[in-house]
Amino acid sequence: MNPIQLVEQPQLRDGIPDFAPGDTVRVNFKIREGNKTRVQPFEGVVIAIRKRGLGSTFTVRRISFGYGVERIFPFHSPLIEGVQVLRRGRVRRAKLYYLRQLKGKKARIREKR
Amino acid sequence: MLQGMIGRKVGMTQLFDERGQVIPVTVLKTGPCVVVQKKTPEKEGYSALQLGLVERKNRFRRLTQGVKGHLRKAGSPRTRILREFAYEETAGTTLKVGDEVLAHQVFQADDTVNVVGTSKGRGFQGVIKRHGFGGGRATHGSMFHRAPGSIGQSASPSRVFPGTRGPGRMGNKRVTIRNLQVVQVDEENHLLLVKGSVPGSRAHYLNIVRSGRRN
Repeated sequence: MNPIQLVEQPQLRDGIPDFAPGDTVRVNFKIREGNKTRVQPFEGVVIAIRKRGLGSTFTVRRISFGYGVERIFPFHSPLIEGVQVLRRGRVRRAKLYYLRQLKGKKARIREKR
Repeated sequence: MLQGMIGRKVGMTQLFDERGQVIPVTVLKTGPCVVVQKKTPEKEGYSALQLGLVERKNRFRRLTQGVKGHLRKAGSPRTRILREFAYEETAGTTLKVGDEVLAHQVFQADDTVNVVGTSKGRGFQGVIKRHGFGGGRATHGSMFHRAPGSIGQSASPSRVFPGTRGPGRMGNKRVTIRNLQVVQVDEENHLLLVKGSVPGSRAHYLNIVRSGRRN
């Protein structure tokens, strides 16, 4: 194992389910408010996954009150309490950035049977 | 107390701290080092240790007979990199010639260190990249793009003042990054993790010195 992997190893986490771009997920993200932590779910379509070992991230996009909102979550962040896969989507590319230009009916993703 | 050690840049990554925040870290391979020579106030006029970096065999170039003899005298394995670090004798821990020095003997988590190394060479660069000049606008009829502009006055003084910033070779220079926080010390693998970036590319050799004193 190279030294970088050695350093990253202890912080890698499992328990994050397998999902792919196009899937709809709910991310339960811990938020600190003063001394309390609470969980804030964020639900949307995974539009990108970036694989960089411990620095891996995924981008979730949702439409909130008419505005597109994207959040980037570090895969291995201890602040992620869990991820639920709500729907598997059938898409033909790895990065779904084209969804940003689409809205309404056109921004739908076909479900994987 | 030994003030520093020789290291080698392994690369960068990021870690999560206890609050879940991402912190950028540079992984340095520090040591193991060997004490090759002891400089004393009586003989050299100051107190320091000369350390050699112990590495895998295949990193060796041929050593000159002079260096070989110098190392043999110390009973040290063959080392290519020799560097000197300030050292004060303190009660309890004294280092002798031939002793091995490990990262955790010199550094602890939350120490601050200065890292000295050679920056990446960037070749001959213009004034915008090299000195951060503003440059002119690219379009709208502008005829002034990346040129340095005026470098002085006219008949008086009839010369360019020394030190005027211009294009030229950039990088490949000794650079010190000060007050980097030590995030973690991995005794077993001789790794030191510091927060932030350090000079040079991967596999460059570095001097890692405790902050707050000259070396």
